[in-house]
Amino acid sequence: MRIPTPPRLPLRPFRDARRAFALVAAGIGVQLAFCVLLAAPWLTVNPSHPLLVIAAVIAPFAVAAAATPWLTAVQRERFRALARVDIPRTPEGAGPRGIGTRAGRRQAVYHLLAGPLAALGGALTFLLGLVSLGAATVYVWVWALPVSWRLAQAGYTTQAAYVTAAGLAGLGATAWLTGALARADGRTALRLLGPSREERLARRVEDLTERRADVVDAADAERRRIERDLHDGAQQRLVSMAVNLGLAKVTLTDLPDDARKVIDEAHREAKEAIAELSSLVRGLHPAVLEDRGLDAALSGIAARAPLPVRLKVDLASRPSPTIEAVAYFVVSEALANVVKHAQASRADVTVERFGGILLVVVSDDGVGGADPSSGGTGLAGLAKRVASVDGTFSISSPPGGPTVVTVELPCAL
Amino acid sequence: MRAVIAEDSVLLRIGLVKVLEAAGFEVVAEAGDAEAALAAVAEHRPDLVVLDVRMPPGFTDEGVRAALVIRREWPDTAVLLLSQYVEERYAADLLSGDTRGIGYLLKERVADVEEFIDALRRVAAGGTALDPQVVSQLLLRRHRDPLERLTRREREVLELMASGRSNAGIAERLVVSESAVAKHINSILAKLDLPRADADHRRVLAVLRFLGVG
Repeated sequence: MRIPTPPRLPLRPFRDARRAFALVAAGIGVQLAFCVLLAAPWLTVNPSHPLLVIAAVIAPFAVAAAATPWLTAVQRERFRALARVDIPRTPEGAGPRGIGTRAGRRQAVYHLLAGPLAALGGALTFLLGLVSLGAATVYVWVWALPVSWRLAQAGYTTQAAYVTAAGLAGLGATAWLTGALARADGRTALRLLGPSREERLARRVEDLTERRADVVDAADAERRRIERDLHDGAQQRLVSMAVNLGLAKVTLTDLPDDARKVIDEAHREAKEAIAELSSLVRGLHPAVLEDRGLDAALSGIAARAPLPVRLKVDLASRPSPTIEAVAYFVVSEALANVVKHAQASRADVTVERFGGILLVVVSDDGVGGADPSSGGTGLAGLAKRVASVDGTFSISSPPGGPTVVTVELPCAL
Repeated sequence: MRAVIAEDSVLLRIGLVKVLEAAGFEVVAEAGDAEAALAAVAEHRPDLVVLDVRMPPGFTDEGVRAALVIRREWPDTAVLLLSQYVEERYAADLLSGDTRGIGYLLKERVADVEEFIDALRRVAAGGTALDPQVVSQLLLRRHRDPLERLTRREREVLELMASGRSNAGIAERLVVSESAVAKHINSILAKLDLPRADADHRRVLAVLRFLGVG
């Protein structure tokens, strides 16, 4: 998607004079139609009663306001066809709701104020153009008009030369003014008929939010896929290898010592590889999380932690898989940090839901002094992962402890 | 002793057959999903069924559900469940009835062939084999405080006891004498206010009840 910045009007005096002229002329045409609408009550009914007069004045404006979406479409078409400017559609106001919306009201301002002003300016400019044309060709008139039509006996005088020069300058001015007017009209139209800056930014934010959510979800799906592949492939092979080695250990009792040693060694290595792979998989996206949700997955982490962990999970329903994955990651990283750095004797984990917020709190009674800005801990990565779903992450860890990590994750309700 | 194996990974199935044969079982049937496993159990009436928890078609908890059916239909059949991860609530489901001849272990424990064979024999003989991880999850769920009165060593003994080991097994595991283990166990039973029981599986049952299972 393009960033919807207002395009510049591709108009320069003279070179684009024709296009500007057409644009302004069309603008005048539209406004003339509006004038006809204004005049309609007088041309038809010609009211005399004061109330009727007021009604006759107000009614055309009301009609114009009601016709805002249609008028906007007309103006949009005028700019598209004559100035090659596409005015981006507004998210609202394009529909039949008209001036019920902010965008609709902005459009009404254009139709009732900016448009007529531009047309008035255009009419004056064209008048100047006509006068200038007459003045520039004064010698032709001197020569061509019959005597009885002339204003005065100008003849081929110096005065006429001045008039000619002034006329030429006036033509130049007309061309420039037409261009300027077209540009100003275009800018105003873009501002009033197109989306406002706020609307553009809001649309952009929406767009980016959606795309970021897609990226986060995709990353998560990828983690799940890797976990599946590892489990169905490498892990099964390793287990089967370890089983075979274990069987060899049990059954081949009459082997020489060094052969037995080799088998022992290989068996131990295989088991360590299995354990490593398991913990890697758990860090990615454990199957238990997908099957049974946060409570089960977290009790697994807590049970494996080498210190007593008190776990409280209170969820009426399961949040989205992505939020679950982030919450799991938060607890798993935070506990890993506690084990590595805190010298704590116990840790507490609570996961609760308050309306649209999933609150995850991990605390320990360790030495404190954890610093999320230092690269040594996983806290920075944790903060990033939380931010990726628009969550908030805070840590309180005074020297001497206790340390409390608080994470709030938005759950789509 | 006759056994049926239900496991969808072919590699691991081959390994399991070998281990069971090494342990002295006769593998009478192999199945790749829960349906086939139930059919095989109905046909062969084995003494032991080894079940993978995640099997086709859904890859969720087919094995657990099959195990519950087997326990209901043929209560004398010992069942050993293998799982990629352990979930103590599955254990609670399994142990809520008769806890005799129930095993629930992490899949990767199969690699510790000797210990796995020990667990197989224990389950087939009517004992219990719970993965240490299940037990630690159960302990985690019990926040109440009699547990806090246990010493570190007593906690270790309690975990091993809950996973179904005999005194001798616990002693071997902790490298202490059997009389020391007996002392620990008496002290644990006293602190937790549990009945003294002589039979292994009764004692396990009492401990599991205390831990909120069954």
